[in-house]
Amino acid sequence: MNTQTAIQVAGVNKWYGAFQVLKGIDLTVNKGERIVICGPSGSGKSTLIRCMNRLEVHQEGSIIVNGVELTSQLKRIDRVRSDVGMVFQHFNLFPHLTVLENCTVAQRWVRKLAKKQAVEIAMTYLERVHIPEKADKYPGQLSGGQQQRVAIARALCMNPSIMLFDEPTSALDPEMVKEVLDTMISLAADGMTMVCVTHEMNFAREVASEVVFMDGGQIIERNTPDILFSAPTHERTKRFLGKLLH
Amino acid sequence: MFQLDLFLQAIFSAPLFKGALLTIGLSLCVMAVSLVLGMGLGSMAGSPRRSARWLATLYVWLFRGAPALLVLLFVWNGLPQISEIFRAGWFTPFFAAFLALSLIQIAYLAEILRSAFAAVGHGQREGAAALGMHRWQIFLVITMPQALRIAVPALMNEFISLLKTTSLATVISLKELMTVSQFAIATSFRFLEWYGAALVYYLVIVSVLTLAQNRIEYVLSRGYR
Repeated sequence: MNTQTAIQVAGVNKWYGAFQVLKGIDLTVNKGERIVICGPSGSGKSTLIRCMNRLEVHQEGSIIVNGVELTSQLKRIDRVRSDVGMVFQHFNLFPHLTVLENCTVAQRWVRKLAKKQAVEIAMTYLERVHIPEKADKYPGQLSGGQQQRVAIARALCMNPSIMLFDEPTSALDPEMVKEVLDTMISLAADGMTMVCVTHEMNFAREVASEVVFMDGGQIIERNTPDILFSAPTHERTKRFLGKLLH
Repeated sequence: MFQLDLFLQAIFSAPLFKGALLTIGLSLCVMAVSLVLGMGLGSMAGSPRRSARWLATLYVWLFRGAPALLVLLFVWNGLPQISEIFRAGWFTPFFAAFLALSLIQIAYLAEILRSAFAAVGHGQREGAAALGMHRWQIFLVITMPQALRIAVPALMNEFISLLKTTSLATVISLKELMTVSQFAIATSFRFLEWYGAALVYYLVIVSVLTLAQNRIEYVLSRGYR
């Protein structure tokens, strides 16, 4: 594995009890690449992305993130998590903390930064996602789109080299999807390594270096968005895209 | 008939005031210890290990089932029968009452806290873990404050109930509010005045607790209003 590799997933199998959710997954993400994973619900795409920062445990195969293999060793998990940001479908903001505190809490407890410095960094990223004026509000006082942008800022505050997005717009009202996608597009433009589970095909077309189609726990095919959307080779991909695009 | 001057005299008498302080002190000690240990027992009840869950269930079953009066008498009279060390000077009525009431209170608080922690969504832990926070940091900064907010009304209920249960410690001659009142009545035969005075103390303490509860709920509900 060379130094340009951000994430390397090799031969990963995972079971929930007797049910196999991931079947022999091989996937390499190079630094600066933007990978979009799509597929029907239950295809294992969320499970795969959650394995990349060990929120889920894989049973077979290896996952190496920035040169660190994910095992049950807590030290390794911490090292990987502090370098990988994650954005969730349901935001997972801390409702008892203000927007600003949401952005500073991990900086202070994990990075051990002084409050002043943490606040400065937080404000930088809140400005970046265009909601510095909401810093003293609580998540419950914000719209869904604003909450998701806070969640992105919160992850960026840890200065990650990789960002994982697990269906970041699926829980949003249609009119709020754009503000979140715009934030993600601007991140991509800055060269962030991104892995996104999403059904936003226009987003994929615009920013993805590669689109990965999953079904039944397997990667069915992968290609650049242009080719995959216009000329998918597999029948299952065609059927899925047919439903999505029309 | 009811004599107002005697009643006021009783309220402002030193023994009753000291008795009230003892009642409050005992309740606070029991509650503090039970909160911490109840949290531990509550998390054991949600543990993936079967033996831990079983142990927690057994504990709650035992001490929620046993009447407070029985546990008090068991600790005060029974423990000295078991071992020499409980016959030493340190084994005071206060300590015995503290031990007995804590044993019971832990069981109740464990149940309340277990459900409160379960009510904090799994996503909260994941959100914090994805940021690189450790388990105990997540517990302290993320899950516990949210669980406490949910649990405060029930915890306050338990605290008020505990405060009144301390009056049972009169059977092991702890000089708390009720014991002091009984003593005074034994020499004066003024039932109305002394019971009335004790009642006033209990009501005042509970009123203060209720105000405190409102304040705590207000503070913890920031972000939910």
